[in-house]
Amino acid sequence: MSGTDIYHEMIVDYSRNPINYGEIENHDVTFHDSNPLCGDSIDIDMKIDDNKVTDIKFHGKGCAICMACSSVLTEITKGKSLDDVRKIEKNDVLGELGLEHLQAVRIKCALLSLKVLKSALYTYLGSNLDDETGVDTLKTEAENLY
Amino acid sequence: MQSTEDSFENLRNDFPILKRTVRDNKRLVYLDNASTTQKPNQVIDAITDYYRNHNANIHRAVYALAEESTEAYEGARDKIAKFVNIKNRQELIFVRGTTEAINLVAYAWGRPHINEGDIIVTTEYEHHSNIVPWQLLTQEKRAKLEYIGMNDDGQLNLDDLDKYLATGKVKLVTFSLMSNVLGTITDAAKIIAKCKAAGVLTLIDGAQAVPHMKVDLDTLGCDFFAFSGHKMLAPTGIGVLWVRKSVLQTMNPFHGGGDMIREVHKYETTWNDLPYKFEAGTPSIAEVIGFGAAIDYLTKIGMDNVRQHEMELTQYAIDELSKIPGLEIYGTKDITKRGGVISFNFADVHPHDVADIIDKEGISLRSGHHCAQVLMERLNVAATSRASFYIYNTKADVDALINSLNIVAKVFKL
Repeated sequence: MSGTDIYHEMIVDYSRNPINYGEIENHDVTFHDSNPLCGDSIDIDMKIDDNKVTDIKFHGKGCAICMACSSVLTEITKGKSLDDVRKIEKNDVLGELGLEHLQAVRIKCALLSLKVLKSALYTYLGSNLDDETGVDTLKTEAENLY
Repeated sequence: MQSTEDSFENLRNDFPILKRTVRDNKRLVYLDNASTTQKPNQVIDAITDYYRNHNANIHRAVYALAEESTEAYEGARDKIAKFVNIKNRQELIFVRGTTEAINLVAYAWGRPHINEGDIIVTTEYEHHSNIVPWQLLTQEKRAKLEYIGMNDDGQLNLDDLDKYLATGKVKLVTFSLMSNVLGTITDAAKIIAKCKAAGVLTLIDGAQAVPHMKVDLDTLGCDFFAFSGHKMLAPTGIGVLWVRKSVLQTMNPFHGGGDMIREVHKYETTWNDLPYKFEAGTPSIAEVIGFGAAIDYLTKIGMDNVRQHEMELTQYAIDELSKIPGLEIYGTKDITKRGGVISFNFADVHPHDVADIIDKEGISLRSGHHCAQVLMERLNVAATSRASFYIYNTKADVDALINSLNIVAKVFKL
């Protein structure tokens, strides 16, 4: 899958008008990462109350695929319990946009924000010592996403 | 008699890869030559001939094959020396490429010569390979790294250089002869004259310049010069570092091992003659021979003709790209001051999306930061699209690029 097939209406719309784009001033956790090969760069801020993601925003620079996937991911994440956020998989994001068969070089664009989300969650859980179960699994998961 | 442009059209037949199709049976339009170039049959044949008929290690053995391989290897050194007018072949060191060449200088010259408080000057439009080795060195030595800035036309502000030279602390000024993003041709003569007057050494990254224009090291008068084979029809993994002999003699070895020694005892070693002191281990023999074949090929065409062909193509591309609404070209549009590298952004479409969409039309266009993130920051962009030409590119390739950009405009409703 490449070329114009993946650039359908939804992707282009999301890239022009990303959802949940911006910063959260009094966030409980924030994380930044970038793709060394293409320079895509994403920050995710989250507000977490009662083990639930009550608000999430992202900002940064990226291609249409990266922006669309970040939008979808933040939409999926908002309102979910931390346990459910942990369970988000790559196909939850890719499936929403019909990108399950994206070519290898573009998968990094699509999954950067999920990597950032998992790392943010790891950071948050690591600093809130009451819940350390599976924290290392989360870190490994983030590192091995693509 | 054939016109020059006809002969450039004909030489496409020498490049087997240009006959293949990509994606959906599309003609291959290869526009990433600043990254690496395709290889003609003459180079591919030289490499296979070496492995089929002459393969043996160089310099040591006395048998026939070793003599042949040594002759071919050293013969290539002479061809390359002549090509860029290096008078003394002892000053020509084979390395893996420009990156290794610059790292060699940072290590073998930099470590014994750079001290706390010294300044190394580079520029805002350098490739990471001419920034990171100097960051490593200056951090280790508590020295400083400074940048010559660039104006909006992609030209260096040489007032910055004057300012740094006036401190009396500058030990090296290092710059690319042609920017790999903007194509800007640096006014090397001016920089070298200023540095010479101040007693400061100069290093030139010639990776983008040597493949595309006549370069004469004897006239230039710098102290270090580096370039890579694979950007000029030769194989990957082979490049050249030239160092003025008087400077080379003040340098430590880079790698210790075979071939770089004269005598090795349990606790001390004496070094081989130049340039072998800096060529430890079995070198890339086939690649050097392939490099020699590439030099023969380019010499036959003539570097002035190469430059002329690329200037015409670049002018045509700039004219056509400028007609597209919302497309911004970076750097100067004066083709006498730039090479055949054109970086641009198309409205708000990310360069990765541009490259992905036009890839389906068979076009190999580069997108990203081009290993020049300092320059991306200066331009205030995350990335650019980049088209770069070589001898086998034609106006039809430029037309294909322009047509494919219309598809991008359609997808993104520009």
